[in-house]
Amino acid sequence: MLDLPSADLGWSSVRDIVAAVAAGRATATGIVEATLVRIREQDPLLNSFTAIVERRALARARAIDEARAKGQKAGPLAGVPFAVKNLFDIAGLPTVAGSKINRDAPPAARDAALIERLEAAGAILIGALNMGEYAYDFTGENIHDGPSRNPHDLNRMTGGSSGGSGAAVAGGLVPLSLGSDTNGSIRVPSSLCGLFGLKATYGRLSRARSFPFVTSFDHLGPLARSARDLALAYDAMQGPDPEDPVCADRAVEPVAASLDKGIDGLRIAVAGGYFKAKSAEAVSAVDSVAAAVGSNRDIEIPHADRARAAAFVITAAEGASLHIHRLRVRASDYDPAVRDRLFAGLLTPATLVIKAQKFRRWYREQFLKLFAEVDAILAPATPCTAPLIGQDTFMFGDVEMPVRANLGLYTQPISFIGLPVVAVPVPLAPLPIGVQIIAAPWREDVALRIAHVLETKGVAAAPRPPI
Amino acid sequence: MKRKKTAKKARAAKPPARRSAKAAAKLKPAAKRNAKTAPKAKTIQKAKTVPAKGKAARPDMLDAMLASGAEALKLPIDPAWRGGVKFNLGLILRLGALVDGFALPDDTEPGPVFHA
Repeated sequence: MLDLPSADLGWSSVRDIVAAVAAGRATATGIVEATLVRIREQDPLLNSFTAIVERRALARARAIDEARAKGQKAGPLAGVPFAVKNLFDIAGLPTVAGSKINRDAPPAARDAALIERLEAAGAILIGALNMGEYAYDFTGENIHDGPSRNPHDLNRMTGGSSGGSGAAVAGGLVPLSLGSDTNGSIRVPSSLCGLFGLKATYGRLSRARSFPFVTSFDHLGPLARSARDLALAYDAMQGPDPEDPVCADRAVEPVAASLDKGIDGLRIAVAGGYFKAKSAEAVSAVDSVAAAVGSNRDIEIPHADRARAAAFVITAAEGASLHIHRLRVRASDYDPAVRDRLFAGLLTPATLVIKAQKFRRWYREQFLKLFAEVDAILAPATPCTAPLIGQDTFMFGDVEMPVRANLGLYTQPISFIGLPVVAVPVPLAPLPIGVQIIAAPWREDVALRIAHVLETKGVAAAPRPPI
Repeated sequence: MKRKKTAKKARAAKPPARRSAKAAAKLKPAAKRNAKTAPKAKTIQKAKTVPAKGKAARPDMLDAMLASGAEALKLPIDPAWRGGVKFNLGLILRLGALVDGFALPDDTEPGPVFHA
């Protein structure tokens, strides 16, 4: 029983799938079977999946259908297929984190916390997704698994490091994916692939049983094709977790029910200075979003360039320290671009790292003062639309900059202090580009409400690709 | 060419360490408390051990850092990889100089705070 046509199911929202399953108009088994067919047909183009847990997914779907047949209430995400960046532990699989080296690791004994929470709500894990090696990446390219490909132009980058998470959702393979965001790795692929992405407040979503990159900045979160779908997933994943020392001891604060409250009374400004967009696409996207929400003021974020620099230094040193033992014995098994950055990170003077961490606190104090004046701040998500796969540099104004290190130059100063951000896609032709909606800590509801309004006005939308 | 341009852009940023002590004291209340006893911003800047103002590190300095660091940490950096490592180390140091050149009060806590 599946009255959602298979072709449209790929573009069905989380909300539609949940409603269809709850009303008995679709079965979880039918949805999973159709999802697996789509992946087999289309993923050879997108290269987004690195593992598919078919038997597990079908078993889970059958259990949900049997529970429904017995009259049990469906969970809030019943029947929703989802996939995760392959740095999330999946019981029975090694957590490869985009690497060659971790393929030799023993299989994970237990799922990552966020997988457990989504499945407790009725969602169904389909598989693991391609990513940049060890998450040290903004491109979505992977030397071992090949690049994930942008569904809007298969010759272009997805953005990274959650590249497969972007390709799988933007390509209509699954309606929901999970990624990680240390310096922008949810927001960059959301921007380049035309998706909604949520990087919640640092410490809001548990990172338990995921492979780390830079624990000072590591966040996990969802990518989807609507703000409501983000909210539904976010609500299912919130809550304290003693198994992640960073996870806040903070009660669940559901946001999905508040999406329709609108934005009346919200003070929304556009980030100026460092965040002033330079490409025509980024300028157009920010301007259209600002106009749609009635923002008529700019706001200066002090020393954002230093914030980005400090994030860069901490990432280099802390990220590298995680790998020192592997680098000593298996340096040749790393992606050369990652290996060179990690070696350089190991040589970073400690004094710079400590100073960067002190600056982080100072910058946070200055930034939080801005939220006395505004409720949300708009900024570009990426400096450009999706570059070509293999492209080394891009033009930032009149300066040529390396792609790999700089696609996240607008995202790094925000995740540096853990602020919640929703990246919304502006469906420009021929390629989409994202805008960040930045809110005060723990105010994901504000960013999601703004994203939802932009969606209802047609300014933000996940464009359907031609594949 | 591109590295020159990037370095030029970084140099263009005004290092806040050049602020007067009075201006630096405006940063936060703690700065005011320390203004009389803490070293002036310019004195702090003199103590820097890495290039200031976003200047690119000298290639010979990077070679020396790479060689000594690799030996001290027992890092098997193949000679063929040194160019890439040096490029990235230079980038880290250039961006690090932006942070290093910023005067902060002595009592500023680092971002992560450990609770016993």
